[in-house]
Amino acid sequence: MYGSGILKGLGVTLKHFVETYIEDIRYLGKRYTPETLPQRQGPKERGIFTVQYPFEKLPVPENFRYIPFLVYDDETGKERCTSCGICAKVCPPQCIWIVRTKDPKTGRPRPEPAEFYIDASICMSCGYCAEFCPFDAIKMDHDYELSAYHRDELVFDLKKLLKPASYHAQIHPTDWKREEEARAAKAAKKAAARKARKG
Amino acid sequence: MVRLVKSLEPSPGFPEGDPIALLQERFPDAISPADKGNHTGVIVESDRLPEVALYIRDQLGYQYLSSVTGVDYLDDGYFEVVYHAYRLSGGGPLTFKARTPREDPVLPSLVAVWPGADFQEREIWDLYGVRFTGHPNLKRILLWEGFAGHPMRKDWKEPYYEEEHKPFKSRWPQGHFAMAEERTPWGRNVQYPPDFTPEGWTPEGDAALYEGLLELETGHGNGKGLRTDRVVVNMGPQHPSTHGVFRMVVTLNGETIVDLEPVMGYLHRNHEKIGERNTWLGNMPFTDRLDYICSMHNNFGYAVAVEKLMGVEVPERAEYIRVIMAELTRIVNHFIAIGFLFNDLGAFFTPALYGLEERELILDLFEMASGSRMMCNYFRFGGVARDLPEEFLPLARELVENRLPRVIDEFETYLTGNEIFLARSVGVGVLPKEMAIAYSTAGPVLRASGVAYDVRKAEPYGIYDRFDFEIPIGTNGDIFDRYKVRIEEMRQSLHILKQALDQIPDGPIQAGKKAYQVRVPAGDAYGRVENPKGELGFYLVSTGGPNPYRYHIRAPSFINLTSLGEMSKGHKVADIVAILGSIDIVLGEVDR
Repeated sequence: MYGSGILKGLGVTLKHFVETYIEDIRYLGKRYTPETLPQRQGPKERGIFTVQYPFEKLPVPENFRYIPFLVYDDETGKERCTSCGICAKVCPPQCIWIVRTKDPKTGRPRPEPAEFYIDASICMSCGYCAEFCPFDAIKMDHDYELSAYHRDELVFDLKKLLKPASYHAQIHPTDWKREEEARAAKAAKKAAARKARKG
Repeated sequence: MVRLVKSLEPSPGFPEGDPIALLQERFPDAISPADKGNHTGVIVESDRLPEVALYIRDQLGYQYLSSVTGVDYLDDGYFEVVYHAYRLSGGGPLTFKARTPREDPVLPSLVAVWPGADFQEREIWDLYGVRFTGHPNLKRILLWEGFAGHPMRKDWKEPYYEEEHKPFKSRWPQGHFAMAEERTPWGRNVQYPPDFTPEGWTPEGDAALYEGLLELETGHGNGKGLRTDRVVVNMGPQHPSTHGVFRMVVTLNGETIVDLEPVMGYLHRNHEKIGERNTWLGNMPFTDRLDYICSMHNNFGYAVAVEKLMGVEVPERAEYIRVIMAELTRIVNHFIAIGFLFNDLGAFFTPALYGLEERELILDLFEMASGSRMMCNYFRFGGVARDLPEEFLPLARELVENRLPRVIDEFETYLTGNEIFLARSVGVGVLPKEMAIAYSTAGPVLRASGVAYDVRKAEPYGIYDRFDFEIPIGTNGDIFDRYKVRIEEMRQSLHILKQALDQIPDGPIQAGKKAYQVRVPAGDAYGRVENPKGELGFYLVSTGGPNPYRYHIRAPSFINLTSLGEMSKGHKVADIVAILGSIDIVLGEVDR
């Protein structure tokens, strides 16, 4: 019958429409709560799945990467960065500027940055700086709401970039665990080597 | 109609054996082996080029011209134009090169032999300034008339020029931030030819374009002596059907298309020049931005090409992860291609949004693994960036085994039988088999025309030779066949995914130690992959330094557009919208 193809197609749209309501019943009125968000975005969901951003936000996975931040230790308040410059060298759009600290007496470089800029309007969030940093000093952030009224506000300096290590631990739990284990293993190795030298 | 074939068509009758030896035997005085260290292919005397090309196409059977590109060897004082031709029965390329001095660069055009060279030769003229004699329409393609010079030449400098190569020395250890525009005294990022004023400029190029189209005028519209005028219509650059900024200059007789010329370059950023400034690794996130729908596959192509030069072995697990990502990308792309084809046909956004829902689920997987939904930057030379998180495989299995097969079937029920769609697509935009090959089309467009050619079978990269899958090919080469080929390709991708998800082993994901400065030995390589849109190739030249000397992309959407004019002739205005939709272009890749 001519037109049967169209009717069959409309059947699919109707099914999609009805399924949305059936899903609503399945959630017993709790469909639009933060707890059901991961489930609502999962492969088992039927019908329409809309998230009412900015009123509800999808949780981002641990690996999610957005503009980098610099890590400082909670206790000492000292940044981990040694201003070795690997991040500035590996950055594809070259948006990292670092000024190395010089010792005022000797004039020799000290392993900490005097100034550190990231131009977030240029940063392409590729994650190379975090990937290749040998000191776990620069990490990718989860905060993706960065809009500003002026371009100058998007040039982040040290003050804006520094975030505590506990924040890093909170957003990257598995990475944090792995890094801590590696650090502990390294420290143990060092201690053992020192002991062996002494004994 | 679409049928599935297991393997490529054999092409008997062509001589076996080393094609280069055969060429040298036939043209002893015109062929010489590549003399630069580690470079592939042969060098053809430039004045004998058309003759040799004809022999390569007809006698040796290398019918498919994949890529044409230029390289500027500044120190040696010549430009080299590199051609890669393939046999449709599979196998490696026949690479031949022609040289021309930098002072007065001229080469004979090969458009008469391979019409698919048309846009690519224009691109070389635009970016390198090599003139091709005998080219029917040699003018700038990506840049405009007010552009000073030919930017891909090694001695050309851009307005914000800092240094020849990244990393820039100004960033570290004394790196005070400055906005780019503050660095140039005149505060703007354009430069014009010496005698050019933008205020006094009128688009002569356009006038010439319209005139050229109107020349076709024969005058007598209804055949009874009533004089009618041809009308030239600009579709685009801002037209919703072009999926971006793309312009089609259409000459109409009534509502029938007499001629069509694509105009592009509105999104041009000279990706290749940026690529030559970048480090080898630094190019990886830039490839994401080419075809922004298939970023994983772009990564794949670049990684394959660089690994060819480096000669690294990729660990098993990484190979499987790569295939999983690549095939998921294909499904994403085809959902979008089909959805937006229906948008162009007037089924406004319902099919597109159904496709986008599935895409969301796949992008969740990408985000989980790579950290980003669209700009994945996931592949590294000799592996992938990081291992899959624990929850990845169960979710991927659920999608591949339960959800996606159901949704693809639903798509078919929803769309395939629709009478309006059939009326608009069957017999529209036909590209015959011979023409599809001659125009160097690739991917679903080539296969819908009945050519069983798939890089995954023809020249398997990665571990594609281990999987069992079939190539869907069409018979008519119209819009409907292209749609159907895409649907079947999604099913084949699911089939590959099932095998890959079952077989994926544990183990390392990166060969050797991760390094931010990779050593790439000197030489040249052409790596290609079967992108969802067609054959994506990367032609790379390395001098052993930290940056590529040449970084060229054979963009499938760009080259598929060469045949758009041919496909559209004789159809109505509304049909070209659908024809363009069925080619499935992404302007980020067309304009590069």
